[in-house]
Amino acid sequence: MFSKNLAMILSTTLMYSTPLIFTSLGGIFSENAGVVNIGLEGMMTIGAFAGAAAAVMTGNPWIAFLVAGIAGGIFALLHAIATIKFNADHVVSGIAINFLAPGFALFLCRRLFDGSTMTPPMQLTQKMPRPLNGIFAKGSFMDIVFNTYSTVYIAFALVFVTWFILYKTKLGLRIRAVGEHPKAADTLGINVYKMKYLCVILSGILAGFGGASMSLAIVSTFRPTLISGQGYIALAAVIFGKWKPQGAMLASLLFGASTGLVVFLGNPSVGFSVSENLLSMVPYLITLIVLVLFVGKGNGPAANGQIYEKGER
Amino acid sequence: MKKNKKIINDTLLYTLISIFLGLLVGAVVLAASGFSPIDGYAEMIKGIFGKPKYLAWTVVKSTPLILTGLSVAFAFRTGLFNIGAEGQFIVGALTATLVGYFVHVPAIIHIPLTLLSGCLAGAIWGGIAGILKSKFGVNEVISTIMLNWIAFYLSNYFIMMDGFKKPGTEASFNIQDTATIDIKWLKSLVGPATKVNWGIVIALILVVIISYLLYKTVLGFELRAVGFNKYAAEYAGINVNKSMVISMAIAGLLAGSAGAMHVMGVSHKITILAAQEGFGFDGIAVALIGNNTPIGAILGGFLFGALKYGGGKMQNIGAPTEVINIVIGSIIYFIAASRMVKIIIDKMRGGKADV
Repeated sequence: MFSKNLAMILSTTLMYSTPLIFTSLGGIFSENAGVVNIGLEGMMTIGAFAGAAAAVMTGNPWIAFLVAGIAGGIFALLHAIATIKFNADHVVSGIAINFLAPGFALFLCRRLFDGSTMTPPMQLTQKMPRPLNGIFAKGSFMDIVFNTYSTVYIAFALVFVTWFILYKTKLGLRIRAVGEHPKAADTLGINVYKMKYLCVILSGILAGFGGASMSLAIVSTFRPTLISGQGYIALAAVIFGKWKPQGAMLASLLFGASTGLVVFLGNPSVGFSVSENLLSMVPYLITLIVLVLFVGKGNGPAANGQIYEKGER
Repeated sequence: MKKNKKIINDTLLYTLISIFLGLLVGAVVLAASGFSPIDGYAEMIKGIFGKPKYLAWTVVKSTPLILTGLSVAFAFRTGLFNIGAEGQFIVGALTATLVGYFVHVPAIIHIPLTLLSGCLAGAIWGGIAGILKSKFGVNEVISTIMLNWIAFYLSNYFIMMDGFKKPGTEASFNIQDTATIDIKWLKSLVGPATKVNWGIVIALILVVIISYLLYKTVLGFELRAVGFNKYAAEYAGINVNKSMVISMAIAGLLAGSAGAMHVMGVSHKITILAAQEGFGFDGIAVALIGNNTPIGAILGGFLFGALKYGGGKMQNIGAPTEVINIVIGSIIYFIAASRMVKIIIDKMRGGKADV
């Protein structure tokens, strides 16, 4: 029984960490290039909607997943234009995205699905597949933990890819240079604006994937409260993880584990009565404590959130 | 900050143009999905001004937004970004409901007691973020986002308590009548269903007090100095860390008062939240539209209250009311990217000169 319970907790932890991992990787690209992206929340929401809507319409979860990334990317482009081209305050522009993207998601949802703010439930074939289905004995520990959605595997693979790009390639070095000291980067012939655009758009695509991993896998529909706050939590995971992909992954796993615990303990058959609400508070409290104890000042990219203007002294 | 007088005047112009552009985006979205924007906005305007009842509702809806907007604007003037008005609003509402329900005293004591306890709760919630920033260097944007969610679950936790949760509902008991601030005689005039209450009067008084504090007192001068240039202020002998805590506490107090008055005048109880209600996030938009000034918070608050309440009437032509969020988002977007608006203005001016 214990191993089965543990398997259940691990499985929900992995599932609920996934949207946060995708989105926090987005945040890592954007912030390492010096653009604060508080709009991740909105980009996740539009991704969750676009994914669910495309899945119902096309019947293909992979097309839906891509559509979700594109939808997130479009709103990220808006953020990029405002912050990079028109010197907008990064936080303010992000707030605007957090009004715009959910607004568009619900508007389109009502237009496409007879005035409903929810997308119709998906068929099993329209959801993300489980690549390891049937490999392990049904109900075994391995089956419960690893017979999970492909989005989970993609997310963890992308953690490695992001780490590799940022720390082992020329492109990554350029991205980090732009976030640390754009002027110096510019002097060395790096196109600062191009790097920033690339990273911000990438962050929206990843946030869109994050939203879709919620609506195409964990829950098989889009509804207005589906994302509620996860984009902000992903942002906290970025800072918590000190702007590094592996750090953000661990932070996302921590948040996912607390959701996993809430889901597990909320099951009446477990017979454990601690308030679900108090338990839900834990990850936020831990984040605050960790920020107080370990993060403190000045760990992020030096020029993060600053407006860069070519040729300015 | 190389601002001269002329640019300050232009700020108002940019804001008005941003509002216009935001409404234009809304019109394009409506038209693109087959609705007449003119009919839509006509319904909206009728929905705001059409009857005394509508106007009363607009004021009621605007009241909390003026206060959360004032909270964000105040913090901004002192160099802090208060994303936490949402959580401060929630703890204010929670505390006011607890005091309003469990305490039994005459109205003359109960009303100020309830209001002040809500203010205090908000001030503590904001103050925590201030302390975290001044003592530990934790960015207030992140800490207030965390505190928003802690407040959210704290409120839901309290509502679930036996003796506070009204059985068979998803809400607390109603507060005692002695803690309410409804205007009963006005209700019978404009319609019993409207929630007209004294909140707007208190909100306007708070705007005056905050203006006075910011621009006419030594404390206000010091807080603004810190907001303008932290290092210069410190060099001039101002205690920067103390200023941060004070201004976050005052910002929290204002948002907390919004929560308390919302309970005392409108909802009379708190309900289990499924998602954050957005009073605090709307406050950010209100502050931005009002150029982060106290007076601007009044105008921004009314604009927002009107858009949100009147915009709901767009469903009369069958349009999804979420178009209002698109309008609001666009307005903030254009205000954020005010340089874009400036380019548009310059083009228009240039165009005129050519004629």
